[in-house]
Amino acid sequence: MAKANMSLEKNKMPEQEPNVRNKNFQEVALGYTAEQAIDEAKRCLNCKNRPCVGGCPVNVKIPDFIAKVAEGDFEGGYQVIAQDSSLPAVCGRVCPQETQCEHYCVRGKKGEPVAIGRLERFVADYHREHCAEKPAKPVSNGHKVAVVGAGPAGLTCAGDLARLGYDVTVYEALHLAGGVLVYGIPEFRLPKAIVQQEVDNLIAMGVKVETNMVIGRVLSVDELMEDEGFEAVFLGTGAGLPRFMNIPGENLKGVYSANEFLTRTNLMKAYKDDPTTPIMHAKNVAVVGGGNVAMDAARCAKRLGAENVYIVYRRSEEELPARREEVIHAKEEGIIFKLLNNPVEVLPTETEDRNLKGFVAGLKCIQMELGEPDESGRRRPIPKEGSEFVLDVDCVVIAIGTSPNPLIRNTTEGLETNRHGCIVTNGEDGLTSRTGVYAGGDAVTGAATVILAMGAGKSAAAAIDQYIKEK
Amino acid sequence: MYKILKKRELNSAVTLMDIEAPMVARKAKAGQFIILRVDADGERIPLTVSGANPETGAVRIIYQVVGATTYLLNQKEEGEYIQDFVGPLGRPTEMEGLKRVAVVGGGVGCAIALYVAQQLHEKGCEVHTVIGFRNKDIVILEDEFRACSDKLLLMTDDGSYGKPGMVTVGLQELIDEGNQYDEVITIGPMIMMKFVCLLTKKYNIKTIVSMNPVMIDGTGMCGGCRLTVGGETKFACVDGPDFDGHQVDFDEAMSRSVMYKPFEMHAYEETCNLFKKEAQ
Repeated sequence: MAKANMSLEKNKMPEQEPNVRNKNFQEVALGYTAEQAIDEAKRCLNCKNRPCVGGCPVNVKIPDFIAKVAEGDFEGGYQVIAQDSSLPAVCGRVCPQETQCEHYCVRGKKGEPVAIGRLERFVADYHREHCAEKPAKPVSNGHKVAVVGAGPAGLTCAGDLARLGYDVTVYEALHLAGGVLVYGIPEFRLPKAIVQQEVDNLIAMGVKVETNMVIGRVLSVDELMEDEGFEAVFLGTGAGLPRFMNIPGENLKGVYSANEFLTRTNLMKAYKDDPTTPIMHAKNVAVVGGGNVAMDAARCAKRLGAENVYIVYRRSEEELPARREEVIHAKEEGIIFKLLNNPVEVLPTETEDRNLKGFVAGLKCIQMELGEPDESGRRRPIPKEGSEFVLDVDCVVIAIGTSPNPLIRNTTEGLETNRHGCIVTNGEDGLTSRTGVYAGGDAVTGAATVILAMGAGKSAAAAIDQYIKEK
Repeated sequence: MYKILKKRELNSAVTLMDIEAPMVARKAKAGQFIILRVDADGERIPLTVSGANPETGAVRIIYQVVGATTYLLNQKEEGEYIQDFVGPLGRPTEMEGLKRVAVVGGGVGCAIALYVAQQLHEKGCEVHTVIGFRNKDIVILEDEFRACSDKLLLMTDDGSYGKPGMVTVGLQELIDEGNQYDEVITIGPMIMMKFVCLLTKKYNIKTIVSMNPVMIDGTGMCGGCRLTVGGETKFACVDGPDFDGHQVDFDEAMSRSVMYKPFEMHAYEETCNLFKKEAQ
């Protein structure tokens, strides 16, 4: 084997310049060249105990694929990943590798870990650009399974079941499959063509994708099983219901949930020159929250032409739940971080002009300080008395989290949910309180990551296969 | 793709369409809505259903051309297709146990009010109807309303047909005659529903309104359709679209409904111009 590359640093990811990219919606990270990929792959020590594999929710055989890259066999590398992951081009872009595979990388003990995510993306992109061949349709085993929700959990579950020969139908409420990958994550982080290709691959494998189908309304879970002949159902309905802060002024024009702001921008393409769906092009925007969704919303707002975009977060930089990379990207693009601040009121425009009345004129915030750790283990933010101030903004985006949609639980008798509205499962394989009904992803965990949802879709597919075989 | 089975102009601005959507037709009930896109890359717009036939698989929508999307929809003819049609969304209008109801419809809202009146009539409820229009030329569905109403008052703002005055004048008349109602159900422009509610509040008659705010997905995901009902934020798409009218903050709802007005006016003009150019 070629000599290891002992550089302490990762090969840098080529990126669009911050002041260029914050005015367009094209992808920020441009991807490694073949030379960079091989050089980076040679940093992997191929260690025996492979801690990185254990850090991956779907246990991709990481050292094996990296070894292929080091040899220059990029398609071979892709094939290794494809054994365990259905959406490598997606995961290579949006997985929080720094807390998963890369977190356990031995090279990370002294210097930076191997850039596993960037290599995954590289081989997935290589495969997409060089191998036009669609996956073959597996031999049918004659059993029907329904998947509700075409997001990461549902698509993964559908893919795994289709490979085993199941006749799978995926039901999607929106007009386009992909879930959060198409309505939430912006084009500049995850090009929609990549998602579409993953969906097309599933269709090539015989998966039926039925869009415009709101399960719970047009068909219930019971009808799927009793009338439509599905032997099992997987619920991957996500956590789509936005939370608001319940502060005065939250229903003013110019206050959006992050879901609405991102859906208008991404799914409905409101960022294009002549869009059919409107979005407010505000001058100054406050995004409330500190997660990846907040970063996405802030970076979209900047690209839509806002002069000043603020992240308003009640704790400090250390507690920001967003990926480090997203925070760095946001800062580079000129997003202003207003940390240790909490909104208390959205202020209205003060005018009698009917056309201008009822819009946002500012966001009143109060400064916070950190006290003792709370039940989450993070230090509790406490308001500083008398420290209120007004942030001059004309648009506010609320990105403080989402909860599962109540539609399925309200229309499926005997489906147990917890006090947060999340579907209760037996843990390992996603079996719910209803025989033959499985669930996974954000619908079970509350808002989490793409890869965890994929992991859940994968385990559920295995469990469904076993259930149907043993029936 | 969803086929247009039937298209009929009800007046110069209001059109009826039956769309082939058998799955939706099997489930859709009065009060529920659908979301459609005319073509790929199009805007998603919600429309409350005006009828559904499980046997033929047709779902009826009646719309007024008010913006770019309804303009584009109106360019489509019988036998042509629209891109997306999803539903039924929202909760059906609650009709259980109603013995006598006043249905108050205004303008294109009458298209939805008719479906509610028909369903109530079929369930054996006594239906008194007040429908209002600006003038004689834009009156729609009069015969259909007559067929399902035990009493019908047709109002025009300018008095050019039926009785003169707004729908509130008609409803006041019915109340003054001594009619007792379990409920008033009112569907129409928000300003009209607001004034109907102000009137019925005086007499303490429970009043249901059908809200049709700006929305995208229609499944509870965006929260764009939120409104304040009894001091609480509700989503019209999943909690409604029917609400207790005496609890609705109409001023806020009216303000929110015109948020994108400049954009919509511009898009409408652009679309009209485009079609006119093509026609030339």
